[in-house]
Amino acid sequence: MEALVAIAIGLLTATGLYLILRQRTFPLVVGLSLVSYAVNLFLFASGRLAAGVPPIIDKAASGYTDPLPQALVLTAIVISFGMTAVIVIMALGAWFTGGDDHTDFSDGASGEGASGDRDA
Amino acid sequence: MTLALIAALPFLGAFLPALMLRAGRNASAASAFCVSALGFVLLCFQAPAVLRGEVVLASWQWLPALGLTLGFRLDGLGLLFAGLILGIGMLVILYARFYLAKSDPMGQFYTFLLLFQGAMTGIVLSDNILLLLVFWELTSLSSFLLIGFWSHLPAGRQGARMALAVTGGGGLALIGGMLILGQIAGSYDLSVILTKADLIQSSPLYLPALILILLGAFTKSAQFPFHFWLPHAMAAPTPVSAYLHSATMVKAGIFLMARLWPVLSGSPEWFWIVTGTGLATMLIGAKIAFFQNDLKALLAFSTVSHLGLITMLLGLGTPAAATVAMFHILNHATFKAALFLTAGIVDHETGTRDLARLGGLRRAMPLTFAIAAIASLSMAGVPPLNGFLSKEMMLEETLHAGYGPAWLLPALATFGALWSVAYSLRFLLHGFFGNPAKTPQKPHDPGIGLWAAPALLAGLVVLIGLLPMTSAAWLVNAAASATTGTVVAVKIAHWHGLTAALGMSLAALAGGAVLFALSPRLAALWNAAPRPDAKRIFDSAINGLARSATRLNDAAHDGSFTRATAIAIATITAAALCAFAGGSHAAGSRALLPVTPVPAIGWLLLVTAAALAAILHRNRLLSLLMVGVIGLILSVGFAWLSAPDLALTQITVEVVTVILMLLALHFLPKETPRESTTPRRIRDITLSGAAGLAIAALSYALMTRAPAFPPISAFHLAQSKPGAGGTNAVNTIIVDFRGYDTFGEIIVLGIAALIIFALTESLLAPGPASRRLAAFGASRPARAGDRHPLLMVMATRFLLPFALVVAVFIFLRGHNLPGGGFVAGLVVAIAYLMQYLASGLGWTETRQRIAFHSLIGAGVLVAGLTGAGAWLWGLPFLTSNYGYIHLWPLDAFEWATAAVFDLGVFLTVLGAVMLVLNSLGRLARRAGESVARTPYDLDMGEGL
Repeated sequence: MEALVAIAIGLLTATGLYLILRQRTFPLVVGLSLVSYAVNLFLFASGRLAAGVPPIIDKAASGYTDPLPQALVLTAIVISFGMTAVIVIMALGAWFTGGDDHTDFSDGASGEGASGDRDA
Repeated sequence: MTLALIAALPFLGAFLPALMLRAGRNASAASAFCVSALGFVLLCFQAPAVLRGEVVLASWQWLPALGLTLGFRLDGLGLLFAGLILGIGMLVILYARFYLAKSDPMGQFYTFLLLFQGAMTGIVLSDNILLLLVFWELTSLSSFLLIGFWSHLPAGRQGARMALAVTGGGGLALIGGMLILGQIAGSYDLSVILTKADLIQSSPLYLPALILILLGAFTKSAQFPFHFWLPHAMAAPTPVSAYLHSATMVKAGIFLMARLWPVLSGSPEWFWIVTGTGLATMLIGAKIAFFQNDLKALLAFSTVSHLGLITMLLGLGTPAAATVAMFHILNHATFKAALFLTAGIVDHETGTRDLARLGGLRRAMPLTFAIAAIASLSMAGVPPLNGFLSKEMMLEETLHAGYGPAWLLPALATFGALWSVAYSLRFLLHGFFGNPAKTPQKPHDPGIGLWAAPALLAGLVVLIGLLPMTSAAWLVNAAASATTGTVVAVKIAHWHGLTAALGMSLAALAGGAVLFALSPRLAALWNAAPRPDAKRIFDSAINGLARSATRLNDAAHDGSFTRATAIAIATITAAALCAFAGGSHAAGSRALLPVTPVPAIGWLLLVTAAALAAILHRNRLLSLLMVGVIGLILSVGFAWLSAPDLALTQITVEVVTVILMLLALHFLPKETPRESTTPRRIRDITLSGAAGLAIAALSYALMTRAPAFPPISAFHLAQSKPGAGGTNAVNTIIVDFRGYDTFGEIIVLGIAALIIFALTESLLAPGPASRRLAAFGASRPARAGDRHPLLMVMATRFLLPFALVVAVFIFLRGHNLPGGGFVAGLVVAIAYLMQYLASGLGWTETRQRIAFHSLIGAGVLVAGLTGAGAWLWGLPFLTSNYGYIHLWPLDAFEWATAAVFDLGVFLTVLGAVMLVLNSLGRLARRAGESVARTPYDLDMGEGL
């Protein structure tokens, strides 16, 4: 199972980074979400995988998994939401202010819309 | 205590002159003078003990973890320097009052001067070398302000910048050297370091430390090849030149070498570097000084030369030579400050300080002439003045150097002294003798305010010259004893018999006179010969650096976000690869979890969804859908992998995130155009693929090994129930063990929500964004009429109370079973969101009583107050408590302060999530979303 989880982490990272490199805001937001999943999963995996041993104290429990990474990831999930939300609104702001959803400033044709529209 | 006060006084008093300026320029100058004088008097009170050989120490802890203490010490060396700094400081303050023009901001001048004085005093009184570094940097900064005081002059600005670049750069090297020194000695306190000479000199890090420290000292003291900044610093007002460039700042490097002399000197490395540099500086400085026509430039290069002389003496490494160095520091400070102040008078009264335009001033300015004559003859080393005494002792010491050919050092030293005689004669004879020249202003002697200070210094020159044993030997003894760590009793005399030193001295005088006689011819040769222009070289070096920095910057970050990100990904992956290649690669030995069918199917779904999210990314809606799928599978996966809390959180956050992104997508284009070229796509696939592979390998390696250190979680599991009163270890960590982290986190979440609110406000404010929003609404095609379907409205209304009950349930059980404030907040948020979705923002908002901002604020307050409540019992912030309440007919009911804290978490999460989505909804309204008057759409128009 460890190999499968490792592959999942790697794939989420790879697809997330690929989308981040796609020069537009929306793929960037999606890509960032995927990278967040990967990071959370990685942090979680640092507590090692274990099935059926939740960290709920119980006399009948056979054992417990490591609760600390879980606590870290729990807060990380909520913070990822906050970060995603900020980036989403920034993307919207750029779109409505400049009429452009490129993530690159460039001297070429693709970036001109941003500055041109702002002056208009 | 007094020591710290002496160092702190100039800083404390630095703002007095600026404030007192309202009461007039005299008051301003007087206040600055009083600050210096008070420091000097306090120093004098300490002097008797120091002269008895005691070391006065005072120390307070500052950052003990770093070895940084506010440690001050006063010994003979510190006394000599502090006396010079404060004493000459007073004279310069007096002089500047009459020197500065009416248009110069005097308050500012004295403030800078006192700041500088405080920094210098701090250096010479520091016992802790880290503290010394702080003061060292302060001198660089405050001297920058002083050199650039006339900021309207380009020369002033450039000179200040150059001085800062050179001395600041040396300061950086010094930091490195001092840190190494402290590491070797095991302490940053001089009191300890000075006792560890053997340990330091035998360390393999001795040479790096020595070179770095000397870089700091040489740049500060304008030693070759860093001497070029000092003449350019002459753009400062003359009182500053006199103070910084004769008596104080340039002596800081000398002080440092003297301070660390017991532990650094005596090795061949020390001798060759320090003596060699000193000698080179002495010769080069003296030669250049001789050819200067500007009085201040002549004095500046002569200062360079004399600093080289002192450096050379310290480099010899013998106690006797160090003693002569101390004596010469004192003598040089007196005659050089007097000369600078005289040059300032000449400049002030004649309007020029160009030797070619001056001449015959001795008749018009007899008083100034007398002072200049005494000081310059002392500089030339003419008996019986003090310059003669120390110069002859210096020549004597060069005969006893332990390294190199015996004749070389004395010969070079005599040669240097010869040039020194020559430029001193030029200063005196070309300026004050000969035919009176026509100067811009008619020359005359200045008022007492200007001549008092140099006259006093000239008096000291004569006094020390005539009665050295009475007037100076005690101070030199104290300073030399402190420098060398041995008891020194110096014998200063005018006549030692027919010694070699006397011969060398006479040769220097005679040779200097010959040189002076040849000066017109030599000057012609000098002007004809090409020579490097330090300023041009420096400027082009700086410009080159700036250009290449800009180029590098542009190449790495040219405004293209994807390029910067690609570079970052490549760099991080490459770094990881390097680390991997350098390590060992044994397979992990931990027992693995077997693969079972159901999780395997889930995994397959997740992998497919992730791949599709990338492959289908141009269709944004599909790509978003895949994100939702991944999130759902992750939460199921968390549940299976013994993390029920994570499963709950992930699934609720997922719902909110997808709604948020759907709302955003509403405004954005629904498709991403195909615009990357094939090579670019291949590049991106390669980069992200490599990074993904690396992360996968790292995760696998991590999961197949047992932790390198025993995890600290055993504590949390064991203490969860007895310590925090809850059986859910994850929840107790969040609200109790690591409550402070959670407190920080909800604050961050609240701030993120407020940022979003503020950004929305700015988008809605009149402007292009707002206009475009409105246009966006008008341009949209007609939509399906069923925006608020009856069925959905009814279903969400029905579900709301149930959802709220579930949230309360999740909240209350959180401490013992999966759940808690985070999840409960999200559940309530989702229940409310449903109402928004069903009936529209406008309709819902009119029925909302509590602003979401208040929820965030209340949440943070509740959490904070709960934490602060522990103070009432004298416990640290966020210490929790719990107990049981019996309420018939219910079971024993547990309460815990942690639950109140969790309530704060709940409120903040709820408020933040709602504020974020509400902000997006407001954008929609600006885009023409109509407000529903009824909770659901009733198609009544046609029916009636």
